[in-house]
Order: sequence, then C-alpha cells, then structure tokens
Amino acid sequence: MSDAATTSATPPAPRREIDLRAVAPFVALAALLVFGALVNPNFLGIDNLTNVITRSAFIAVIAVGATFVISAGGLDLSVGSMAAFVAGTMILFLNAAPVEGGVPMIALAMLLALGVGALCGLANGLITTVGRIEPFIVTLGTMGIYRALTIWLAEGGSIAMASRDLRAAYRPVYFGDVFGVPIPVLVILAVAAIGAFVLYRTRFGRHVMAVGSNEDVARYSGIKVDRVRTITYVIQGLCVAIAVLVYVPRLGAATATTGLLWELQAITAVVIGGTALRGGVGRIWGTICGALILELVGNIMVLSDLVSEYLIGAVQGAIIIVAMLIQRSLARR
Amino acid sequence: MKKIVIGLAALALASAAGFAQAQEQKQLTMAVSIPAADHGWTGGVVYHAEREAKLLEERYPGLDIVVKTSPDGAAQANALEDLTAQGIDALVTLPHNSDELTDPIRQVKDSGVFVTVVDRALSDPTIQDLYVAGDNFGLGKHAGEYMKERMTEGGDIVIIRGLPIVIDEERQKGFDEGIAGSKLNVLDRQFGNWSRDDAFKVMQDYLAKYPKIDAVWAQDDDMVVGILEAIEQSGRSDIQFVVGGAGMKDMIKRVQDGDKMVPVDVLYPPAMIATAMDLTAAGLFDQNPVRGNYVLDATLVTQENAAEFYYPDSPF
Repeated sequence: MSDAATTSATPPAPRREIDLRAVAPFVALAALLVFGALVNPNFLGIDNLTNVITRSAFIAVIAVGATFVISAGGLDLSVGSMAAFVAGTMILFLNAAPVEGGVPMIALAMLLALGVGALCGLANGLITTVGRIEPFIVTLGTMGIYRALTIWLAEGGSIAMASRDLRAAYRPVYFGDVFGVPIPVLVILAVAAIGAFVLYRTRFGRHVMAVGSNEDVARYSGIKVDRVRTITYVIQGLCVAIAVLVYVPRLGAATATTGLLWELQAITAVVIGGTALRGGVGRIWGTICGALILELVGNIMVLSDLVSEYLIGAVQGAIIIVAMLIQRSLARR
Repeated sequence: MKKIVIGLAALALASAAGFAQAQEQKQLTMAVSIPAADHGWTGGVVYHAEREAKLLEERYPGLDIVVKTSPDGAAQANALEDLTAQGIDALVTLPHNSDELTDPIRQVKDSGVFVTVVDRALSDPTIQDLYVAGDNFGLGKHAGEYMKERMTEGGDIVIIRGLPIVIDEERQKGFDEGIAGSKLNVLDRQFGNWSRDDAFKVMQDYLAKYPKIDAVWAQDDDMVVGILEAIEQSGRSDIQFVVGGAGMKDMIKRVQDGDKMVPVDVLYPPAMIATAMDLTAAGLFDQNPVRGNYVLDATLVTQENAAEFYYPDSPF
C-alpha cells in the first residue's frame, strides 16, 4: 500500500528533477560554508560551528512544524508569539514550584509546555477549519493574542526563573552535550527524523501532501481534510513547545522580545529548504538546511570586517536570494 | 425640544457642581499617554506611571489621573484625541516617535492643555511646556569614562549597539568622547537590537572572532543578560567586566552585591515618567514654576549608591 501508492502518484520523468531539488539547499549550504571560511579562518573552528548549529535549534525545530502546516496548504504566523507564551507559562510554573525536587519539577514543566503548545496549535487549527477562515488571518490574530498574553503575564517586564538551583539543573539542556554533540543538535536531529518519518512514511504524511496539492481531490478521495489540517497545526504547536524546552534553559527568561519575527525566519527556512509555499511538497531535511543557512548568514556577517554594521541587513537579504537562485538553477537542470 | 431642556438642565447642574467643588478645591484631570509595554524599559515606564498615579491621587485629592498605553504611533494619536475629547487639564506623554506625534500633540496644546513631553523631544520644541528626559549622550560618556579610568593601561573592548536610531547614535557619540585620549582599542561594533537573544548571538560570535577581549560595553541591561550567558558558556576568563545601562533591577542588584562582571551601571531610568508627572502636578496645584527642560543625570551606579536605585517590585 505504501510504496506503490507514492511511486504511482509521481510519474518517473519529473522524479529526477525532484531529486536535484532536494539536493539544492545542501549545495547552497556548502557554498555558504566555503564563503564563510574565506571571510574569516575562525569560522570553521569547532567552537564557532557548534555555537551556530546549536542556536539554530529553535528555528529549525519550529520550521519542521511549519513544513507540515505549509505542505498541507496552511500557514502559521503565530509561532514566535506562541513560543514566548509557552516559555512564559513554563517559567511561571517552575517558579510556582508545586512539586518537590529539581528533576521531577522540570519534567512536569516540560510536559506542561508540550500541552500548552499543542493546545495553542489546536486553537489555530480549529479556528481555521471549523471557522472556515484563511489561516493567514487566524494566525495573525492568535499572534497578537499570544504576544499580549505573554506581556500581560510578565506585567510588561520579563519572566525569569527565580530558583538558582532549578536554573542550574536545567541549564545543561541547552549548554550540555553527549559525546561532544550539543543536546540542542540532538534535538534537531530527533525532531527532523521523526518529522521525516511521519511525513514520508505514514498514511497521515501522504494525506498532508494530498490536502496541500489539491484539497477537492483529497476530499473526494475520502481524506478528512479538516482533521488532517488541524493535526498539522497541533504538530506545529508541539514543535514550538520543543523549541521552547531548549530555549528556556539558555537565558532562563521570557521577555516581550522572545520569539520576535521567528515566524518569518521559520517560513524562510521552509522555503529555502525547497518546500512549496502553495502546499503539496514538503522537505524536512531541506528545512533544517534552510534554518542552518539563515543562522550561518548572521554569523558570517559578524565575523567579517567587510561590511559596515549598517549594511548587514542588505547583505543578509542578498545572500538569501543568492542561495535561492543557486537552488533554482540546480532544480531547472 | 424636550431633549434640549434636559440638556440645559444637565448643563446647569454640572456647572453648579463644578462651581461648588471649585470653592472647596481644584478639580483637575491629568492624562498620561505612553507606549504599551513592548520591551523591558517601556514595561518599566508603565509600572512607574501607574505607581506614581496612585501616589499623586493620594497627595492631591482633587486630581484625577488617566493612564493610557498605546501599541504604536497611530494608536497613540487616536488616544490623544480621545483623551482631549474627555476634557483634560494636563497631558504627560512619552511619544512613540517625535515626527509622527508632533502634530497630534500640537492639537492637544491648542485646546489649552498643559503639555509635558518625556524622553523623546518633539520636532517643534515650542509645543512642550515641560520636557523631562534622560541623558543619552551622558549614558555613553559615563560608561566610556569609567572604562578609561579602570583600564589605564589600555585594553581591547567590543561594543554591542541597540537599533540604528537617534538614541543609539547619541549614546555611541558619548562613549567615543568618554574614551577619547585613552589607550582603549575598540575591536568591533554590531547591533544587538536591544534584545537578550540577539546580544547572546553577537557575543558568541565576538568570542569566536577575537581571542582576547578585555571588556564589553552594551549600553542596555537587557542585552547584558545575554552577553553574560555567552561569556559563561565560553568558559573564557579574559573578559574582565561588562558595562550596561538603563538601570534594570537585576543589574542594579548585581552591582549592589559586588558582582565582578557587572561593577557599575549607568542610569536611564524609566521612572523619569514619574518625575514628569510629579512636576506637572506640582505646577497645576501648587503653582510651582515648572516650565522648561529637565534633564535627568545619567548617574553612574556603583556599589555605594546602588540601593538608592533598586526597585524590587518593578518589572524592569
């Protein structure tokens, strides 16, 4: 049922084209690495590269969720605000300290964060599907709601972890490593592997693609379109929560600027990775690659002395466009 | 006809009531229009405005204070119209930006209201009766002078700037003047957008780029939080200290506790809104002369005077 269905759905001729497309973001990434090495020899240092990959974890994990939403023809603009809101509730829970002991406390807070994230995603999904409203408008609305709730919870300031012991116990989740591999990097790999499995190897994944490429055809084929769409938003919410689990131990606080513009970065990462904004095509590993490219561009800019600090935004924009051009030119061949 | 009679009766009643109260005491309304709490510093402004409103209403029983926050410049212009329509005697405002709000504030002024402007001066300074602000140039200068004195033998410093706007430029100019004639060497300047997360990233990159950094200047305490975390993660011991600014309570606390990494802070207090409200009320009720410019010092906070600037209940 599984393999036969996918191969018969895609005719053999465009298959080679699709393969090249999947490789394209990695070529862009490699080109960027070479460029970085030319700009500053420190760029290829282990410390620098692990720093950059580690801090790309938030956008990468959120963008995996965005790949699901966008593949199904949806859009979620609320992820940045949602991250701030989930981080805020999680820290408030940790500060309230309802149970004894550091580890059980953190584990419970993590579960709570995942629950809040899933509920936020569910709200987005249900309003979109039951209310029959464009996801752009729905998530623009919830973006404002989650952001305002965070600021309200923080009473205009920041929500910081109060207990130093708890902070020390939780800190290794961002700063620690297993056999030299930082934990956030392992999180990226795990989330991407699970995401890729669900999207490529399960019935649900194929339904996501079908809904994204043609909603009516999907409906006539007996796919519960609304349910598939709603679940993609829940997955997005869970991914945001996982990103928050790694974000909170870094600075131990949620502020009004937490997650600002993450939605745009996540969508950019998804598109650089080769997923079509109109839906129907999803590339998890490409998305991860896109998130790395975004973070590397910022890093290279700070490491180089070539550009005035006022022009960095322009150069970043240009590099992203060039990366897309490399990708497109490969895809056309 | 009936409506007009009722209206007239209501008017007569209202004026009679007003007259009676004027006999006892002045009955005045002060409107406070400020940006919504979109980051730490503006959060502090909202906190201090509300705190001061309570204190002033106790001190002057005839005073009614309306605090209104707005998320952006256009919303603030609308809020100013609404407030004026309610009938106010004084306006204390921290405008979102000077250019956009100069005309709306001019209209408020034209209706005979006493106007106090805080932090961001209007494009036409003749509108404001009273101007209360912090000293951006001084904030940079005092930080620079501190570094110059502390590192007489010279040293390598990195700078993390805010956003490319006038406030940031003034602070940079002040800093450059502060370190002028010293042996300090500025390795790099990059924007950290007054955000903890961005400052963390920039600091990580600085640490990768430069094998030796003696000190960091960040002109904002929110960014210092990210910087300290990046330094701690790198495990490097060459960075002697970080100088921020604004007067965030966590940083004031560190200074008070004698933290070696945060030896000083430079004030740019959100509580300046309270100073402005206080002066305005004093002008309204006590007839104290208050018109003019009132620039708060960018005081250097050291371990000795830190307690004076510590607000444990403030969100910032």
